[in-house]
Amino acid sequence: MATLTTESRPVRYALTAVALVFLFLFLLLPLIGVFWEALHKGWQLYLSALVEPEALSAIKLTLISAAIAVPLNLVFGVAAAWAIARFEFRGKSLLTTLIDLPFAVSPVVAGLMFILLFGANTVAGSWLQDHGLQVIFAVPGIVLATVFVTFPFVARELIPLMQSQGADEEQAAIVLGASGWQTFRKVTLPNIKWGLLYGVILTNARAMGEFGAVSVVSGHIRGETNTIPLHVEILYNEYNFVGAFACASLLALLALVTLLVKSLVEWRLHRQQQASTLRTAEARMQAQAAQP
Amino acid sequence: MKLRAFAGVLAALLSAHVLADASLLNVSYDVMRDFYKDYNPAFQKAYKAKTGETVTIQQSHGGSSKQALSVANGLAADVITMNQASDIDLLATRGLIPANWSSRLPNASVPFTSTTVFLVRKGNPHKVRDWNDLAKPGVQVIIPNPKTSGNGRYTYLAAWGAGLKQPGGSEAKARALVTGIFKNVPVLDGGGRAATTTFMQRQIGDVLVTFENEAELIAREFGRGSFEIVYPPLSVLAENPVAIVDKVVDKKGSRKQAEDYLRFLWSTEGQTIAAQNYLRPQDKAVAQKFDAQFPYVKTFTVQSVFGSWAAVNQKHFADGGVFDQIYSKR
Repeated sequence: MATLTTESRPVRYALTAVALVFLFLFLLLPLIGVFWEALHKGWQLYLSALVEPEALSAIKLTLISAAIAVPLNLVFGVAAAWAIARFEFRGKSLLTTLIDLPFAVSPVVAGLMFILLFGANTVAGSWLQDHGLQVIFAVPGIVLATVFVTFPFVARELIPLMQSQGADEEQAAIVLGASGWQTFRKVTLPNIKWGLLYGVILTNARAMGEFGAVSVVSGHIRGETNTIPLHVEILYNEYNFVGAFACASLLALLALVTLLVKSLVEWRLHRQQQASTLRTAEARMQAQAAQP
Repeated sequence: MKLRAFAGVLAALLSAHVLADASLLNVSYDVMRDFYKDYNPAFQKAYKAKTGETVTIQQSHGGSSKQALSVANGLAADVITMNQASDIDLLATRGLIPANWSSRLPNASVPFTSTTVFLVRKGNPHKVRDWNDLAKPGVQVIIPNPKTSGNGRYTYLAAWGAGLKQPGGSEAKARALVTGIFKNVPVLDGGGRAATTTFMQRQIGDVLVTFENEAELIAREFGRGSFEIVYPPLSVLAENPVAIVDKVVDKKGSRKQAEDYLRFLWSTEGQTIAAQNYLRPQDKAVAQKFDAQFPYVKTFTVQSVFGSWAAVNQKHFADGGVFDQIYSKR
């Protein structure tokens, strides 16, 4: 078997061992620790920590905010990626930069931005409060913060993919008389679907796990404005370790499932990209062969 | 049509919070949960017996100053229950409550108090008895950051006051004592709970300085086997003030319930629940009953030694204040 490495066998083994030990210590061990802490006093306590009303409300709120943030960012992300990858316009680089903004600012700052925008001492905030609408320290604020921090994932995933695929197939569709919507549905969407799914998975994982921004705008009302991560922190601060780690294990489970689905999607994505390169190459060869 | 349905859903979502009637939101700091867990049902029962009405009580817990700031920014708290007056003063400066808020309830709106004590490892190997012992070389002291936590602030002020009031004490001696103590702090945690975790779970430090009621909570949670509580000869009186947030209750129409909720803290039942949670009650009769559980400690109030909380914060805890000066020079 041909190998590209030139290092001697002991060096290779040593390096692999170091990497494995590192992975074990920093990734696997803490993960096992979470499940052990959650379960070491028995299933009974574990389950009762999860079905207790405050935990259920935290789970519900987490699901609600993810259910709103993910579809919104799916639509925004596709629209933004489409605009950036397919069109030339003034301010395009500015738009690209703006999309990255939620990645660049710390989530805590993101949360504070909403306080500055909708706080009781601001114009918008006092107007809303006078009309009986509570944005921050209530569900809408949590949803807003979640949408903000998860904004870039779909677009970031799609822009390079769409740029590498090029607009050839779409142009062909339009030349052949397809409408814009038909082109999108029958050509663009099938081409980007795995990349899109990947973006959605990342968005969902972040939406459910977000702590910083949500913590700032939540107000921590028990059974009302706590998401799972916030609920975990509160339980931990109250020495309710079984409860805290039970809820944490729920998030960890979610992360594991996400990881599994992600690898699956990645694998499909890889295959799809290979197929598309192959297709392009074939098309080129055919075109060349057709030339006199 | 669709748009209208969407607007309807949005409005329902936004106002769900407001519609829930006869509910009170008690915004508090994180270690008060255990007390209010016992207190709320007792109040609900008494209120139902008196008026026939049912009140639901929602709670919010977090770091004290952060919680106060949330209320100032629009968290719709009917009542706020904190561990130092300056956090409630913040609401007065923002116009949510009148400046004379503390005169509206008995005992300057302080239903119960606590004091700052030492937790040492079993057998007290470093022979820690007094504040001076915390400044000795080789003793590691765990104190949360006075800039971010009420717990740390009271500890700092207790040490400063002890330095002032010791025989031959002076401002310079107090400063030297506090400087010496903070030299011995290996990690400055953000809040009281984090400091407890450092001391009990990570087993860092020889002494944890914290509230008496927190020390008892630790004993319940971790068992009494691994540490001892040491009462210093002189300490600070940690006052836990409460207030109605006028702007919120007037809008919600919940003033009556909110007032009753706070007044009930001074009832025999409320005071007894406080004592059961190791908070020192104001009521003399209840205090007498729980005499054995609260050893006598000579205490001073923050006001009597330092003037007002505003003066304390400006001199000691503002950016560039005394705490910053001594801590950066370690």
